[in-house]
Amino acid sequence: MSLLEILQAGPGATVQDGGRPGYMALGLSRGGAADRLALAEGAALLRQPVRTALELAGYGGRFRADVPCRIALTGAPMRATLDGAPLAWNASHALPAGADLEIGGALHGVYGYLTLGGGFDLPEELEARSAHLNAGLGRLLEAGDRLPLAPDTGHETGLTLDPMDRFGGGVLRVLPSLQTGMFPEDMRARFVAERFARDSRGNRMGIRLLPEGEGYGLTEGQSIVSEVITPGDIQIPGDGAPYVLLYECQTTGGYPRIGTVIPADLPRVAQAAPGAELRFRFVTRDEALEAEGAFRRGLENIAVRPLVRDPADMPDLLSYELIGGVTAGEELS
Amino acid sequence: MTTEPCTDFPRIAPIGLDGVIVQFGPALSEPANRAALAFRAAVERDPPEGVEEISTSLVSTYLRFDPLFLSLERLSADLEARLTQDDWYAAPLPEGRRLLRIPTIYGGEFGPQLDEAAEAAGMSAATAQRELSQARVRVNAIGFAPGQPYLGTLPEAWDIPRQSGLTPRVPKGALVVAIRQFVLFSVSAPTGWRQVGRTAAPLFRPESQTPFLLRPGDEVVFDAVPAEAWDRLSDDPMGGVTVEPLA
Repeated sequence: MSLLEILQAGPGATVQDGGRPGYMALGLSRGGAADRLALAEGAALLRQPVRTALELAGYGGRFRADVPCRIALTGAPMRATLDGAPLAWNASHALPAGADLEIGGALHGVYGYLTLGGGFDLPEELEARSAHLNAGLGRLLEAGDRLPLAPDTGHETGLTLDPMDRFGGGVLRVLPSLQTGMFPEDMRARFVAERFARDSRGNRMGIRLLPEGEGYGLTEGQSIVSEVITPGDIQIPGDGAPYVLLYECQTTGGYPRIGTVIPADLPRVAQAAPGAELRFRFVTRDEALEAEGAFRRGLENIAVRPLVRDPADMPDLLSYELIGGVTAGEELS
Repeated sequence: MTTEPCTDFPRIAPIGLDGVIVQFGPALSEPANRAALAFRAAVERDPPEGVEEISTSLVSTYLRFDPLFLSLERLSADLEARLTQDDWYAAPLPEGRRLLRIPTIYGGEFGPQLDEAAEAAGMSAATAQRELSQARVRVNAIGFAPGQPYLGTLPEAWDIPRQSGLTPRVPKGALVVAIRQFVLFSVSAPTGWRQVGRTAAPLFRPESQTPFLLRPGDEVVFDAVPAEAWDRLSDDPMGGVTVEPLA
């Protein structure tokens, strides 16, 4: 059997896929790749359906395959080399048998993805292969792990794409949620006016945001009945710092919610590294539906083109290398 | 803001772009929980096209749907029509429910806060153990963690508050109590509820053919067994739990 061997793994490396919808009533949230767009981009670069990928949180690792295979690198840009020679990010490449693939720290954003041609041939647990750490499904990958590879029927490599910029924070579009109307008007006004910094506390369940000014909250917040949670919900816990939930969130919760980030902006939430600046903007349902349509069309029609290997034609790669501030991943495990 | 009176229930409210809840009350009550379970079962028998997942929380039925295929307005109108078809607060509970008897060791190292909980409920530890072990409770909801049940409703005396602080960690299988409910932990976690006992019930076994032991609507009795039973229970893959169908 063909294998991808993990020689060294960053602190938050897991196998991910599209998650497990359908188990909410039994307390299991859908989970799956934190950045769904990056998962789809990896598949598009290999011209295959969305399957599994390695999700690398903040830092990659070193990898080696015992057969020639194809790889795609997407999501948060990371420094990657093949036997010491730089590899373009947002691109597909041939990985020769025995070659040393090294992926370093994220230059912007949080989650990088390593997709293999054919994906991983791992057994399904509850109809999916993704690790759901909070539920005890799967686990963090570590040095010495060998992941079986599924047969790859594709041949093409050397493709690239222009990713949607989502790695440096920005404006998140928000719909009202159950308790939005219970927050005082001045607090809601402040919520859309001020900037929030992504706190160091955050993981696949969600990220904590630090307000510029005082905290948020409801005086009657303690008496709210526990209710269903959806990814994107912005909970206000007792400490007043908003918490934006991601796909691996709990299934129910009792903290008041000031709003819900729309699905199209969840990749931007997941990819906001500690310190990144985020803002909120309430949108109408029509605007959210339009954004959802555009997001899905984007997922289905990711434009790929040949990767030209002349360094003069790789301005994005060069710009990444000019930017300092490699993110440490220790907060993410 | 205005506080809505209870007569405003049931009400329909969106949850994000692709979800909606039908909420049957502002707080947990037996009729509201019954309505949520019964309404879910009814919608599941004949789901509107475009609905992708249905579940319940303590007092609500939740539907996740494809908002580009089915509009919120159309789904809400469909649900409104179904709401008027029945008195959901008095509806029979869904079929396929079961009674589970879960052997539980109360007090001592297995239930370090039994005495404290008994005092809060105004009774002796012995009476508390008898009341808790004889109560037949319903799985009101499964939530927070995989397979983790919220069960109720316990007798009035058990309307005890959560602790002001948090227990840093209760073990997997911990039976905790507050606000006339039990929670049985499927994972080790911090909690504000008081631990009165421990079970070896396998709430979530992803590798099993039947990964989830409990389903919303099931009934449970936490039978008291002596501490000496622990080794036997923890060696048993079923944790000594027996399951029988409810008519």
